[in-house]
Amino acid sequence: MLGLNKKDATLLGVVAVLVIFAPFILNPFPQDSAMAQFNAGYPDLMQRFVIFGIFAIGFNILFGLTGYLSFGHAAFLGVGSYSAVWMFKLLSMNVIPAILLAMVVSGLFALLIGFISLRRTGIYFSILTLAFAEMSFRLAYSVLTPITNGETGLQLTLEDPRILGQTATETGGIPVTSLFGMEMRETATMYFGGWSFQFNNGYYMCGVILLLAFYISIRIFRSPFGMMLRAVKSNQQRMNYTGLNTRPYTLAAFVISGMYAGLAGGLMASMDPLAGAERMQWTASGEVVLMTILGGAGTLIGPVLGAGFIKYFENIFSKINESVLHSWFHALPDGLENALIWIAEHFVGSGWHLTLGLLFMLVVTFLPGGLVEGGQRIGRLFSRKKQADKKTATQSTPAE
Amino acid sequence: MDAIILQILNGLDKGSAYALIALGLTLIFGTLGVVNFAHGALFMIGAFCAVTLNKLLNLSVETVDPTRTDFLGNPLKVKTPYVENWFGPEFGHAIIDWSVPLAILFSIPIMIAIGFIMERGLIKHFYRRPHADQILVTFGLAIVLQELIKHYYGANPIQTPAPDAFRGSFDFGAMLGFDPNTIIYPYWRMIYFAFAAVIIGGVFAFLQFTTFGMVVRAGMADRETVGLLGINIDKRFTIMFGLAAAVAGLAGVMYAPINSPNYHMGMDFLVLSFVVVVVGGMGSLPGAVLAGFLLGILESFASMNEIKSILPGIDQIIIYVAAIIILLTRPRGLMGRKGVMED
Repeated sequence: MLGLNKKDATLLGVVAVLVIFAPFILNPFPQDSAMAQFNAGYPDLMQRFVIFGIFAIGFNILFGLTGYLSFGHAAFLGVGSYSAVWMFKLLSMNVIPAILLAMVVSGLFALLIGFISLRRTGIYFSILTLAFAEMSFRLAYSVLTPITNGETGLQLTLEDPRILGQTATETGGIPVTSLFGMEMRETATMYFGGWSFQFNNGYYMCGVILLLAFYISIRIFRSPFGMMLRAVKSNQQRMNYTGLNTRPYTLAAFVISGMYAGLAGGLMASMDPLAGAERMQWTASGEVVLMTILGGAGTLIGPVLGAGFIKYFENIFSKINESVLHSWFHALPDGLENALIWIAEHFVGSGWHLTLGLLFMLVVTFLPGGLVEGGQRIGRLFSRKKQADKKTATQSTPAE
Repeated sequence: MDAIILQILNGLDKGSAYALIALGLTLIFGTLGVVNFAHGALFMIGAFCAVTLNKLLNLSVETVDPTRTDFLGNPLKVKTPYVENWFGPEFGHAIIDWSVPLAILFSIPIMIAIGFIMERGLIKHFYRRPHADQILVTFGLAIVLQELIKHYYGANPIQTPAPDAFRGSFDFGAMLGFDPNTIIYPYWRMIYFAFAAVIIGGVFAFLQFTTFGMVVRAGMADRETVGLLGINIDKRFTIMFGLAAAVAGLAGVMYAPINSPNYHMGMDFLVLSFVVVVVGGMGSLPGAVLAGFLLGILESFASMNEIKSILPGIDQIIIYVAAIIILLTRPRGLMGRKGVMED
């Protein structure tokens, strides 16, 4: 089906089902129950899941396949956001031209940076990409203020000369982003017993693009081009000795993954039309590295899982505060309750990054293949064929 | 002319910090072959050692002074730090005043202990893993350390003053025959530079002139052969890790009065010091020091108004531009050796 083998088609199908039914799956608890804070089925968060999923899929095409660790991918996301917002300001509020421009501009940007950075490998490559990203961030913050609006961030105003569209709505507000008239922020809510499920236009558009991006990534993974990239990862020197110039292949991978990042940035701006320089900072680049590694670099589904995992727990953990903890532990004796809360306090609320850091260290140390490898290990533990298959190749998906 | 001297001086103190951190990074890389992304966090912990000692010394007991009253007529409550009670007012006050230099003594054992724990507890397990894994796990560790500091000390910068005696500025211009007040330079920055020079000299002398240093250098050149000679090289490398941690910590302690410590100062310096290490050449100690000072001075020149008016924004990006140019023209950095980090 669609040029995929059965296993990949199943994977794509599973992801499609997950994306379509996410508003149900992510809202398992009734609205008024105590567990409602674990619900993640509201549009803003779901959009972030898929957008960062796209970002991580793109990053994985570079890092997972070629092994080049870029520490500057957030720059492409930022560039994509800026160009999309400019499109909204100058052309129209339709998201299609904005997203296309975001991809083109970030692709050109990636071509330039990749052309220079890919002359070096290993840590030198990481530092070069980091240097370029920090440069872009700092320039966006200071000198390029006419284009980027500096610290405030680029926003829509009531004076934008929108060529194909109106400057302001009849009520005097700023028009909203739309897809041929279908407003991105429009949300339909379905009530069912104690539950309420929200279906958001923007989310479904991002979801469709995610599926498309995922499909393209599967095709790249299975293509001769993907094979070439894997060969680069396992031994670039040997490739060069056979008389093959690997640079065009790695550059193509770099540009593709840069365009994915630009796409994610454009979508981010389409959902909420503003762009700030902090999206380009190197910590933002670090975040996508975390997502990819946590999920499983070099696997197809890993980056999407990692992105969803990090964004979910970031959102849920940072909402838990001391009073929530008290309500959880109030059944315990006072001394024990306070001790537990004292410990837990480090990890929730604003301490979420601590949890993330620890988790990340544990994953890198014990599960280099990320969540996907964890899943495979658990799966092997329970599968009956464990004894029979143990010696044969059970480790399938990681690129190396 | 005076402007040029001023900018060189300005670049020296930042350059010293870069050079010290880069020196530690290179020590770790050269001995253990580990790319340590948590090194900036060690720098930050050093700065917070100074903050902690300052706070400890300022712990006060509150007493009521019956001879004085506040504006409502109640007896005035006076806070006296414990150290002033114990050692007498003058000496006690001097101790508090000199808390930052004292923190040097306070921080060395702490930093060495942290270095030991890090190496034995975590990094030891990553020798045979790819460099990407080392980068990632130490990056995770850096986040953890940073968040712990943030949890206990808050997110705001904490002022940590230098001793009163060094708070003024020194008029260099008058000494060199320029007009007075053209080249003035804070005392503490001069001390920072001198301190950095001493530490760097000390590390080089230690490696060059002691038997221990000789063995370590031999181990850097060929670890296996040294091991075959019956020398426990791992133990020595662990000690070198502790030493590198102490160097980063000391750089942080002394930097506290220049820039009030906050929890993300480590990350800010880390990126730059990695650029410094790479520009200097991975694994080259003199290269790291040279590149540190060079980039520090370059940065301060770029922030001159005359240059900024020609190339706006250049002060923000000069280090990265320099790094890109150097990496593309001299692929191994300024003084890099062949065969290091080229797999």
